[in-house]
Amino acid sequence: MRKSALSDEILLSVQQPARYIGGEVNSVMKDPGKVDIRFAMCFPDVYEIGMSHLGIQILYDMFNQRENVWCERVYSPWPDLHRILKERQIPLFALESQDPVRCMDFLGITLQYEMCYTNVLQILDLSQIPLCAKDRSDADPIVIGGGPCVYNPEPLADFFDLFYIGEGETQYDALFDLYLKMRGAGYSRKEFLHEAAKIPGIYVPSLYEATYRKDGTIADFSPAADDIPVVIRREVVTDMTNIVYPEKPVVPFIKATQDRVVLEIQRGCIRGCRFCQAGMIYRPVREKNVGRLKELAIKMLAATGHDEISLSSLSSSDYTQIGELVTFLVDELKGSGVNISLPSLRIDAFSLDVMSKVQDVRKSSLTFAPEAGSQRLRDVINKGLTGEIILDGAQLAFEGGWNKVKFYFMLGLPTETEEDMRAIAALANETAARYYETVPKEKRNGKCQITVSTSFFVPKPFTPFQWARMYPPEDYIGRARIVNDAVKAQLNHKSIRYNWHEADVTVIEGVLARGDRRLGPVLRNVYEKGGIFDAWSEYFDYARWTEAFAECSVAPDFYTMRERPLDEHLPWDFIDTGVTKEFLQREWKRAMDGQVTPNCREKCAGCGVLAYGCGVCVGESAV
Amino acid sequence: MKIRIRFEKHGVMKFVGHLDMMRYFQKAMRRAGIDIRYSEGFSPHQIMSFAAPLGVGITSNGEYLDIEVNSSRSSEESMRALNDTMVEGIRVVSYVRLPEDAKTAMSIVAAADYELTCRQGQSAGPADDGGPGRMTDGGTDGRRSVKTAEETLWDGITAEELCDAITRYFDGAPEALVTKKTKKGERTLDLKPLVYGLSVEEKDGQPFLYVMLSTGSQDNIKPELVLEYLLAATGHTFDPATVCIHRRNVYAHAAAGAGFLSLDEMGENIV
Repeated sequence: MRKSALSDEILLSVQQPARYIGGEVNSVMKDPGKVDIRFAMCFPDVYEIGMSHLGIQILYDMFNQRENVWCERVYSPWPDLHRILKERQIPLFALESQDPVRCMDFLGITLQYEMCYTNVLQILDLSQIPLCAKDRSDADPIVIGGGPCVYNPEPLADFFDLFYIGEGETQYDALFDLYLKMRGAGYSRKEFLHEAAKIPGIYVPSLYEATYRKDGTIADFSPAADDIPVVIRREVVTDMTNIVYPEKPVVPFIKATQDRVVLEIQRGCIRGCRFCQAGMIYRPVREKNVGRLKELAIKMLAATGHDEISLSSLSSSDYTQIGELVTFLVDELKGSGVNISLPSLRIDAFSLDVMSKVQDVRKSSLTFAPEAGSQRLRDVINKGLTGEIILDGAQLAFEGGWNKVKFYFMLGLPTETEEDMRAIAALANETAARYYETVPKEKRNGKCQITVSTSFFVPKPFTPFQWARMYPPEDYIGRARIVNDAVKAQLNHKSIRYNWHEADVTVIEGVLARGDRRLGPVLRNVYEKGGIFDAWSEYFDYARWTEAFAECSVAPDFYTMRERPLDEHLPWDFIDTGVTKEFLQREWKRAMDGQVTPNCREKCAGCGVLAYGCGVCVGESAV
Repeated sequence: MKIRIRFEKHGVMKFVGHLDMMRYFQKAMRRAGIDIRYSEGFSPHQIMSFAAPLGVGITSNGEYLDIEVNSSRSSEESMRALNDTMVEGIRVVSYVRLPEDAKTAMSIVAAADYELTCRQGQSAGPADDGGPGRMTDGGTDGRRSVKTAEETLWDGITAEELCDAITRYFDGAPEALVTKKTKKGERTLDLKPLVYGLSVEEKDGQPFLYVMLSTGSQDNIKPELVLEYLLAATGHTFDPATVCIHRRNVYAHAAAGAGFLSLDEMGENIV
């Protein structure tokens, strides 16, 4: 029978014990005596969130296809179990074998959002692995970071042995082979890391040194040895169709956030919204062959028994074969009890037609993400969506029977004025008005329900807005208040609901997003003060962070409140994502001039990723 | 066509709760290619119902779910298809066709029987001396912890004393009153008419308390309530953390006065 790292007594005393037992359908068991590498793959958040992440499922499948590797999963123990593991000194374990993480060869941690950084320290601490890479011995696992946050890994530089920059499918084989070769020959951890640093996409933070000017900005950042690369180039999958994809994803017992088959239809986005990091770091857009997707959909549904399939991409409407794929799925799955979910579809006649086939119109709502209320500001952010497109889309939807619309906006975007904020309320009002004009009284299903949500903009590395400044929390709340007042003053205010995001956490996210390695002690301090699950509003404590900044003599405003000069040495400048700094600077200037840049299919903007020679850059498509 | 499926639940699967087990079987039906019927309407769902929810932490040899299918392979083939897609700890042990007028298992459940064993070392408190490097010890491993016959059971009671307690405070007593906590508060209940079997038995040299009791929508009794009663009657303290519960089977009333019938005896194998 499977062993369990936790006693029945402990499992019966915590919430959702099934988070910790492993053994799910399609989870992979191997004989530890017959593998050469043990890999613990971690998503540093609660099981239900972590299990919903596609990237880990891809790497889990890929690693386990290697006979000599056993990849297992680890998630953050919820605070109730955290307390027990600390008190009783029970080391954190991997779900499959229930063996301690610290006995593995590698611990890979995916970094999907900045507010999980304290959970990274939690994972290391509970695993009884020294928090700082420099304190680890040859007996400790090699700790690897991956995911979108590694495009500025510097705040976490102290805690990781290496970072994998880019798409995971390409270089892990090389890393594993090097590890086996060097371990077999008796090399040390240090020697292995030095050689690993020469593998494309691998960044070993301990081998680089930063010096600073008096004003706090970086003077120089360079490798400490001659044979270590000065620039790390992002790894990119050039053939999306033939790359590994999990045909048998793990099916959780408890309801995960993403309790469905996730079919990645393409990677990257053609749109070039200037605030969007994903739109830059996953360039170029690369479609998967539609035939391959059909085959995958059927196989994955059969292997999981899921009752829903979701198409995943940054902008599904831009997938050239979306019509063919969706029609196939609708026909194929008719009467099988399997639903189709289509997030990130542009609202137009086609998508409404499809959606009316796959969801209950009366219950579902339509989502628009104009991000900015005024046309002027939408041009600044290069969001190619006009008020007319939104209103016409909404009208079509109202005619089709929908009466719920959700809008997503950001506040605090560069150049934003009060007028732009008020325009958010005006757009919501016009949408509501369109409902009452379009749908005759006798056909109305009550009032229309417009939900407006705003988050506060956080500038991210490798976007045209990476130089932008942020604002103090009070200022953000002031902006939300302006929108709130404006919503209340609208004629159709009874049909509009307004929600806004918290401001404190936004500022901390901003510090971590564009911070440097001097933030390491701050993160450690916050963790030692008890900070975990900072991505959860019930656990986030702003005071804990401000105290930690003060105790570590780090001024958070340095990272957030300055508009950075275009020639400043940025902490992430040593990474080459393929999108050139010149392009980002050009886009920043165009933003300030309110000039729109066409999308990748309309006209190449010369961002630089053509160098990878794949996807939309070379005219490849899904057919 | 109505089908009744019996399955076993063992090992760590006891930590997967009732609602998650339902979701687990819905997916298993699709993986195994069972031609299950769906309800009508915009969001069709599988026609499936479970007999008697099993609490988290309890293992079982007799769990039941009823489904309706459009067509079915033989019992043997269907069981094989299901078992090929089961996880470790869940095993389908019967698949029978019910008469078309059969009521659902849920509506006819009348009794269930259980084995209660004593879990050792659970009330010892936190393992204080467990320095780094200690993965498990006697105190953190639930599987090597059932006491032997010569040792004592719950709160120091011996098997013999427990036997006596049954004779004195249950078999020989006019009533056996307990307080049952409900959502609305507490109520006093006489266990005597609701407990159909109560004895101390032994398996592999290990004593356990056997209890068969009323189950279902009316008078649903938890087995630990009986143990709690016996311990209280003999001046012992009841600690739920020390009780390991295993459900043997679930039953319906047989024809008038003929006792109980295991739920899977109400259908026939498909050949």
